Amino acid sequence: MELSEHLFRRESGRLVAALTRIFGVHNLALAEDVVQDAFCRALEVWKVRGIPDNPGAWLMAVAKHRALDIVRRERTARTFAPELTRVLESEWTLAPAVEEAFAGSTIRDEQLRMMFSCCDRRLPEEVQVALVLNVLCGFAAPEIAAAFLTTRAAMEKRISRGKKTLAESKRLFDLADAEFPARLSAVRRALYLLFNEGYHGASAEAAVRTELCAEAIRLTMLLVEVAQTASPETLALAALMHLHAAKLPARLDAAGDLNPLLEQDRSRWDAGLVQEGLQLLDRSASGDEISAFHVEAAIAAAHATAHSVEETHWDAIVGLYDRLMTIAPSPIVALNRAIAVGQRDGPEEGLESLHAIADTDRLGHYPFYPAAIAEFERRRGNLDEAREHFSTAVRLARSPVERRYLEARVRECGAERIRT
Amino acid sequence: MGQFLYLYRMTDAARQENMGSPERAQQSMQRWMAWMNELDKKGHLKDRGQPLERTGKVVRGQQKTVTDGPFTETKDLVGGFTLVEARDIDQAVELSRGCPILEGGGSVEVRPVMKMDM
Repeated sequence: MELSEHLFRRESGRLVAALTRIFGVHNLALAEDVVQDAFCRALEVWKVRGIPDNPGAWLMAVAKHRALDIVRRERTARTFAPELTRVLESEWTLAPAVEEAFAGSTIRDEQLRMMFSCCDRRLPEEVQVALVLNVLCGFAAPEIAAAFLTTRAAMEKRISRGKKTLAESKRLFDLADAEFPARLSAVRRALYLLFNEGYHGASAEAAVRTELCAEAIRLTMLLVEVAQTASPETLALAALMHLHAAKLPARLDAAGDLNPLLEQDRSRWDAGLVQEGLQLLDRSASGDEISAFHVEAAIAAAHATAHSVEETHWDAIVGLYDRLMTIAPSPIVALNRAIAVGQRDGPEEGLESLHAIADTDRLGHYPFYPAAIAEFERRRGNLDEAREHFSTAVRLARSPVERRYLEARVRECGAERIRT
Repeated sequence: MGQFLYLYRMTDAARQENMGSPERAQQSMQRWMAWMNELDKKGHLKDRGQPLERTGKVVRGQQKTVTDGPFTETKDLVGGFTLVEARDIDQAVELSRGCPILEGGGSVEVRPVMKMDM
C-alpha cells in the first residue's frame, strides 16, 4: 500500500477543522496537538505493520478516540465549543456529537468556517494567507517561510499573531452572520493571493509553487461545492485558477525557471484543467454583475484556447483589459493591456501605450515594467536600449527566479547585438 | 545466519522534531516504508516487530517498587523493535545503517539473539 501524496498535510486541515468544532476555536492549539499525536502514532504503527487500507480513516479514528478522551477528562476544568457545551456534558450525547463532527459534510463546512475565520479583517492579508496555509493546508511555518522567501522566525510570528486573533473569537465564523458577503470577498481575495504566490511567487522550487496553486484551487472548490458560497464571482475565481494552473507545466521547468507565456510549449498545457476552467467560466456567467475575476478569467480563457501566439485574439484581449481598467484599474492592469496592444499592433504602439500609463510611479519597483519596455525596444531593433531596460529590471528582481530570467534576457540582447 | 534484534531508540524531543510538520511526517513514513521493504525484499526481515507505547511501569528490586513511565531517566526510549536475519553482526550493523531513525537523531541498537544450539 502506497501513501497518497501529501496525505498527512491534507488530513491535517480536515482533522483540525473537525476537532475545532468539538473543542472550540479558542482551543486550536489543543486540536493541533491531537492531530500531531495521531500522526506520531500512525508513524510508529504503520512503519512496522504497514500502511492500512484507508489511512485517512485510521487517522480519523485515532483523533476521535483522543477527542473523546480529552472531553471526558477535562470537561469540568476546560470550556470546549460553546455551542456544544450541553451536548458534551452527557455521555449519551457526547459520542454522537464527536461522530457528527467527523462526518464528511461537517468537516467540509467546518473547513469553510475556519477559512472565513482566518480572513478576519482585523488581520493584514499576509497574515490571513499564512494562517490559511498553516491551519487549513497543514504547512508548517518553516515551509511557508521558504515559499515566501522570508525567515522562519518572521513567519512564526505572523502565524501566532493570526492564531491569537482566531482564539479570541471564541467561535468560528457563522455563515449566517451579517458580515458574510464582505467576509466571502475577503476569503476570495486571500485565495487569489495564495494562488498568485504559487503562480508568480518567489520560491525557486516548481513543486512548492505547484502545491500552493493546488491548495488554492482545492479551497476555492470547497466554496464552489456549497451553494451559499458558490456565487458567480466565486465561480469566476475558480475558473481563473484552473485556466492559469493549466499553463503551469509549461511555465516552470524543473529548476523553477520561468518560461514566459509567449514562449511556452502549448502542448504541455493541461487540457483537462482548461476544460474545467471553461466550464466554470460558463457557470460563472449566471449573475448580472461582472467582477474583475470574470474579466481576468475571460482573458486567461482567450490565451488558453489559442493554439499559438499568432492565433491569439489580441484584439479581444485588449478589449477585456479595457474593461478591467474600468472595473479594477491599476498600473499592473495597464501594463498588461499595453503588452497586449503591442502584440496586436506592433512594438511602436506597445511602447506608446506603456509610456501612456498614468501612474508609473507605482510601477517603479516592478521589474516587468522595464522588462516590457525592453522587450518592445528589442523588437524595434534598439538592442542597446533593450539591454539597458532589462538591466534595470534585473536590479528590481524580487526573487532568484526573476533574476535568472531577466539576466538571461540581458545576455540575449548582448548576443543578438553581436550577430547583427 | 543469525538473528538480530533492532531496538529503535529516540528521545521525545527528537521524535517531536521529526513530526515537525505533516510533510515531514510523510517523508519520514516514506523512508521507513522503503527501508522495511528493502529488508523484506532481500530476505532479512524475520519479524516486523511491534511499536511500543511511550508510557508504562517499571518494577524494581526486592521491594518490587513500581514506578510510572515515562521513564525520564532514560533519554533514549525504545520505541519499537524488529527482528532481522543476517550473516553476522557486521552485516546486521551494515543493514541498520539505512534505518531512517538515524536521520532523525535516533539510534538503532543491534543485539544478536543468543543461539540455542551452541
